[in-house]
Amino acid sequence: MTASDTIAATASPDIPEQPPEVSSARMIMTMAGIGIISGILLVFTYMATLPTIEKNKAEALERAIFDVVPGASSKLTFTPEDGRLRLMEPSEKPAERYYAAYGNDGELVGVAVEASGQGFADIVKVLYGYDPDCQCIVGFKVLATKETPGLGDKIETDPAFVANFEALDVSLSADGTTLANEVVFAKPGKKINPWEVEGITGATITSKAVQKLINTSAMNVMVILQNNIQVLRDGNTSSQHTDQD
Amino acid sequence: MATPAASIQTKTSSESADNFIKGLWRENPVFVALLGMCPVLAVTNSAINALAIGAASTFVMVLSSTIVSLAQKLIPKQVRIASYILIIATFVTVTEYVLQALSYEVHKALGAFIALIVVNCMILGRAEAFASRNNLRQSVLDALGMGVGFTVACLSLGTVREVLGNGTLFGFQVFGPEFEPWIVMILPPGAFFVLGMWLLLFNWVKHRKEAAE
Repeated sequence: MTASDTIAATASPDIPEQPPEVSSARMIMTMAGIGIISGILLVFTYMATLPTIEKNKAEALERAIFDVVPGASSKLTFTPEDGRLRLMEPSEKPAERYYAAYGNDGELVGVAVEASGQGFADIVKVLYGYDPDCQCIVGFKVLATKETPGLGDKIETDPAFVANFEALDVSLSADGTTLANEVVFAKPGKKINPWEVEGITGATITSKAVQKLINTSAMNVMVILQNNIQVLRDGNTSSQHTDQD
Repeated sequence: MATPAASIQTKTSSESADNFIKGLWRENPVFVALLGMCPVLAVTNSAINALAIGAASTFVMVLSSTIVSLAQKLIPKQVRIASYILIIATFVTVTEYVLQALSYEVHKALGAFIALIVVNCMILGRAEAFASRNNLRQSVLDALGMGVGFTVACLSLGTVREVLGNGTLFGFQVFGPEFEPWIVMILPPGAFFVLGMWLLLFNWVKHRKEAAE
């Protein structure tokens, strides 16, 4: 401690030692300097990691699609336009996307559809696989959830609940304008019909939310998919044609 | 912090060792200082999440302590807190991008808590109390020690909560199929119970040691 400090400290014992005076310009320069360096560093990191992040996301989605559609080995992304389906251009980012999955021989084995709805805590986002031959849902995977661990997250981990979506009937009515039977909720152990989703004890709200979001999505999407089933079936061959052209 | 005259004369090597070790036990950020409770309570519902948040926090703390220590003469006292937060926030964002590139799954599990490392008072506390007034070597050692101490503390909560609340450890089954998970342990109240138990144990050991001396 210097002598002047000691005098200052004894003169006003309650006030802590004041830092030396610095001009405002210097403070602004410091903050701006740190800001600019931070900005450059962030842009650099963003550019460096972006390709890997995009690749990870695409891979995670692809894995999920092949999980929910058994026997799939390749996929094409379609988007609806005025009730018709067309192949999505790689540059597009439409809100509605259907992933048509094809087997080894190029035949259509199913369609993966994203659906989301309000759960107990936050939006629950799922991907389900649709088999156009049996007109039923054959696979189910939760993409994003913030439901309570141990209770609401059973929609992912409870095998009995996931089994609801091994053969869930979503066939169209005779005139093809809506579902023959809406997807409805059944109390645990009370499932009778193939269009019922059996709930989870202790996670009623979340399992009901999943049933509701599947029903809402299926009511819209099944009609479009069935009306455009030929586009989907031909998708693999016609895209190869365009590639050759 | 008052430094007794005797310790000034001790060699630099033992000072370095002490700066590292004090974070593990004597000044452990979680069990002694009770800092950074938000991630400690919220993200330790499984061992792997605890390990990830611990590693991410350590990474941020070491890097920000490095910069704060190097720039201590350049940053005016009046704007130091704002500068530290800016530095920490930069490294947190860098960490978030890197983690997202390394593992999509871990990033998904940690969710919002990576961004919350910015307001972890442990990191700002080390920048203000240590890195801004010590040299680079000591600051990095201090940050490493505190980071490892924080990670160990998170892990001690995470393992107990995962084993009791889910019957698994790092995702592997620990008990047989008859085990009924104690779900409350992976819910928020479980975090408080387990933290309380660890604090009890920690203080009991400390008091016994003091009584023995």
